[in-house]
Amino acid sequence: MDVTLGEEHEALRRTVEEFAREVVAPAAPGFDATGNFPYEIVRQMADMGLFGLPFPECYGGMGGDYFALCLAIEELARADSSVAITLEAGVGLGAMPLYRFGNEEQKSHWLPRLCSGTALGAFGLTEPGGGSDAGGTRTRAEIVDGEWVINGSKAFITNAGTDITELVSVTAVTGQRADGRKEISALLVPVPRAGFTAGPPYSKVGWHASDTRELAFENCRVPAANLLGERGRGYANFLSILDEGRIAIAALAVGLAQACVDASVAFAKERRSMGRAIASYQAIAFSIADMEVRAHTARLAYYAAAARLLAGQPFKKEAAMAKLYASEIAVTNARAATQVHGGYGVINDYPVARHWRDSKILEIGEGTSEVQRILIARELGLRPSV
Amino acid sequence: MKIVVCVKQVPDTWAEKRLAPADSTVDRESVDGVINELDEYAIEEALRIKESAGGADSTVTVLTMGPEKATESIRKALSMGADAAVHLLDDALHGSDALQTSYALAQALGTLEWDLVVLGSESTDARMSVLPAMLAERLGVSQLTFARKVEVAGSNGSTTVRIERLTEAGYDVIEGSTPAVISVVEKINEPRYPSFKGIMAAKKKPLTTLTIADAGIESGGVGLAAASTAVTGFTEAPPRSAGTIVNDEGEGGRKLAEFLAAKKFV
Repeated sequence: MDVTLGEEHEALRRTVEEFAREVVAPAAPGFDATGNFPYEIVRQMADMGLFGLPFPECYGGMGGDYFALCLAIEELARADSSVAITLEAGVGLGAMPLYRFGNEEQKSHWLPRLCSGTALGAFGLTEPGGGSDAGGTRTRAEIVDGEWVINGSKAFITNAGTDITELVSVTAVTGQRADGRKEISALLVPVPRAGFTAGPPYSKVGWHASDTRELAFENCRVPAANLLGERGRGYANFLSILDEGRIAIAALAVGLAQACVDASVAFAKERRSMGRAIASYQAIAFSIADMEVRAHTARLAYYAAAARLLAGQPFKKEAAMAKLYASEIAVTNARAATQVHGGYGVINDYPVARHWRDSKILEIGEGTSEVQRILIARELGLRPSV
Repeated sequence: MKIVVCVKQVPDTWAEKRLAPADSTVDRESVDGVINELDEYAIEEALRIKESAGGADSTVTVLTMGPEKATESIRKALSMGADAAVHLLDDALHGSDALQTSYALAQALGTLEWDLVVLGSESTDARMSVLPAMLAERLGVSQLTFARKVEVAGSNGSTTVRIERLTEAGYDVIEGSTPAVISVVEKINEPRYPSFKGIMAAKKKPLTTLTIADAGIESGGVGLAAASTAVTGFTEAPPRSAGTIVNDEGEGGRKLAEFLAAKKFV
């Protein structure tokens, strides 16, 4: 029984911790205020090999594992969530489906550039009409003259409109199954591409510097060979990607929850009230102690889910529990840290204000809290109605 | 080009540093150890010199004198891209001062083949800035210290090293031939972060441990008892006092100037 990190995982964690503290944290208030995508930081992350972490060296990867990616995401999120989600989405959603379901030609064509971080990939699943609902997919693709012709739109797609985005994978209805339900497949769209438009960035409550857009496909044509994975398996394949993605989102949430502890400890030692540092008041000290307990517990939850993933054991329930718990305590910690900071907690110069705005999406993205509860209940043999 | 970088492990810059009451030496056990910040610039510069020199016989070797724990810092230097490391590890070295350390490092360098020795210009714990000069004297080689820029020119056999030496007024250009000792300041470059591939590779790189006997170091020449300097006493820094608040009623500027003058800032 061991929950301490191995030598290489610890060395990676420390390296990313240093990078986050020295490079990301000082720049974060700036790009949070402007909403500009942090190209220079992404380039430095690319130099460190972060975008290739869980992929084998033959595709330009680092030969690490999914847990290494999660550790990097957690440490980045301790400094800034926009940067952390850019890595999470770039690797977990942009490159991972290709690695898992692509054929050899697709992998050797795309993965080296995605692993090197010089290009970003995005995955378009969610549509304006609904997120967690496969049957609601309305984007369609049909073969015309030996090419896929895609029509429809996607919503809330991360990394889809940056200057270095070169690939957008999308799910689309490609026919009808024998049981009458929609046949959904995944297609690779190299961008820029005629018929493909990335809309303007959303004005969001948090994750300001993360590139998030609505996508439109109007008679967008791609070669027939751009089918990703088996025809009709698009949705099922993508759901399996989301299972491990939940561990990564849990790691991101733990990073934010820990950032709230870090900021609160520092602030409570400095800030004085009625002649004493506020850290010496039990009301404040206990609140921060509780924050630390939550961050620590959530970290153990995602470590445990990752351990099962690496061991090749089923991890669906553990990943859902880690994501549900970590995202909810991230919001709780952000609220508590804001309270510790008093009036300064709602001033954007203080990191906790950003953490507070960045926290809420964690309970929504990559499966809402409600979806996680359905998954966990199902794993317990219950059948809650959706 | 064979380069040796001297790397020191120091208490984490962010941690509260203490002296151990028993022997007035730096307490290295109670805090995390990190690579001395300027030594990271030295490693980076050595890697750049090696990369631009090219050739299979160009190498960067890390030389560290320090306790067992210093291995962590050696691993980090290797994960940044150094090829091999030598750890001078012996209890007899504990408490050595700068003069003795320069002797020990010079002896250890005698066991290696090198053209250049690169160091950070000072350490964040002792902050004496004398070691590179002492080392060059002991080795009897060119001394090129406080470099903000390094250029290496020439082929094997007759290599010239030219540096811009940072001064208070600007910089001096100094040139010397190899073998040479260089120390660098933080303006020189931006140290790289190790990549995960580098971290994995570091495990497999050769790390040699030397005792003082292996390096031909006389036991009477190093260690606390034989040190030529001694810390005779120390006190904690006084807690920061509360600042002065000046209400600006039209003469805030003058009061500010008076304050700065009183503190001898202007």
